[in-house]
Amino acid sequence: MKWSRLLSLLASFLVTALFVLAWKLVADYKLVSPVFLPGPDRAWTSLVRGFTTGDLGVKFLATVERMFWGWLIASLIGVALGAAIGTSPKLRAYLAPMLEFLRPLPASATIPVAIAVLGLSDGMVLAVIAFGALWPVLLATIHGFAAVEPRLYEVGRALRLSRATVIAKIALPSASPDILAGMRLGLTVALILSVVCEMIAGRDGLGNWILLAARSFRAPDLYAGVILLGLLGYFTAIAIGLLEARLLVWRSRAR
Amino acid sequence: MKRSWWKGLVVPAALIVAAEIAMRLSNTTSMSLAAPSDILAALLRALFDGSMLVATRDTLASAGAGLLLGGLLGLLLGMIFGLIPIVNRLMEVTVEAIRPIPSVAVLPIAMLVFGFGYSMEIAIVAFSCLWPVMILTRAAMAGIEPRLIEVARALRLSTTQRIAKIVLPAALPRIMVAVRLAAAIALVVAVTVEIAANPLGLGYGILVAQQGLQPDLMLAYLVWIGVVGWSLNATLAFAEKRLFGRAAQVEAAGA
Repeated sequence: MKWSRLLSLLASFLVTALFVLAWKLVADYKLVSPVFLPGPDRAWTSLVRGFTTGDLGVKFLATVERMFWGWLIASLIGVALGAAIGTSPKLRAYLAPMLEFLRPLPASATIPVAIAVLGLSDGMVLAVIAFGALWPVLLATIHGFAAVEPRLYEVGRALRLSRATVIAKIALPSASPDILAGMRLGLTVALILSVVCEMIAGRDGLGNWILLAARSFRAPDLYAGVILLGLLGYFTAIAIGLLEARLLVWRSRAR
Repeated sequence: MKRSWWKGLVVPAALIVAAEIAMRLSNTTSMSLAAPSDILAALLRALFDGSMLVATRDTLASAGAGLLLGGLLGLLLGMIFGLIPIVNRLMEVTVEAIRPIPSVAVLPIAMLVFGFGYSMEIAIVAFSCLWPVMILTRAAMAGIEPRLIEVARALRLSTTQRIAKIVLPAALPRIMVAVRLAAAIALVVAVTVEIAANPLGLGYGILVAQQGLQPDLMLAYLVWIGVVGWSLNATLAFAEKRLFGRAAQVEAAGA
């Protein structure tokens, strides 16, 4: 079983390599104008050059930082607020309909409002990212806390635990799969909003970089940036997957 | 539950009244905020002079066309991947390499290829809708009762007959869930693209209102985008319930 899995993965890598080769051939024979589609070799050279002689590394880190801090703020606020709302049926009755109404609102639509209020600053960018990434975390946390087995709460009451202890010892572990799923979604949102904010507000970062590259028809730079953003998306997904596996290890053990 | 629906209105109403009073008391002409009554007036004005309706049409048309294109492609790929396991295994790395690219990262590429306008926006929306539909369709194919496939084989149905008569009906409730999810994504991406680059639709409207220092109009656009997003979501949820009833609910709970 393990060998066949390895073999299929290898074959799958080969297929990907074939696609890259096809991309190179299409670009080399100029089947598509090189203005739109530079070959993978040119994109790679541009990526390496950006990191060695250019300041691509700095821009990359700026985007990562923005995404991470925005996401962290959103996660902390989301879990705290979600815990308060999720554990109290009264708060839920008053607030849940409003939250459900606000949920489908595109977070990027708040960018012009944030610019008007906070100006074109890094604080504005952070506020937008945090606001956008807040929703998935908040709603998942509320759902997680609301779905805690009622008998567990009864146990807490029987043991005369305080509300804070009930949340920390009973509700939080029981809701953690939902919370982590929300945080995973929040991270994707945070990455997208970081890129969008950089594009609109002209803050230094990958988003701004690829937009400028497109405007000045530097296609290899553009593709290098897009590849880098893809890698960023890929590795953040892996990172949060690892976090999930580590935090939820008791879950698989209990089964 | 039915008796307490008004509770959901208490907090938003209180917030609106508080905002109104605060804006009236401070009595300043703010460049970034406006009183709710002014926002409502601006909303009605923009709706009656048709500018907001035109913008809504542009946004919904782009989002709809992108959803159709990306959804069909995702459906096709998902069916291929779900029904032919070897293709799925061979394409695994390729799909996982492209999927994490944030939707807005392809914006500059689309800008380069299509220039500004509908086609660029449609392309980006299609790219973003493709993945969730593909993945959920693939999962839906895997979730089809194996005995149904056996029946198809026993009846010696051709491949097209098998897909039309067995596979699609069996997977339809889950595919509908995917479509609803993708529709929400389509609207978010369309608005985002309009705010970031494309001079069209609601996103551009809100940006212009902000840059023109018309906070009442800007916030009116924000409210309207929220209403459009919420109605779209509610309509699709209603259609899903109506078309598939219990099947959809059971599937959604199981997914």
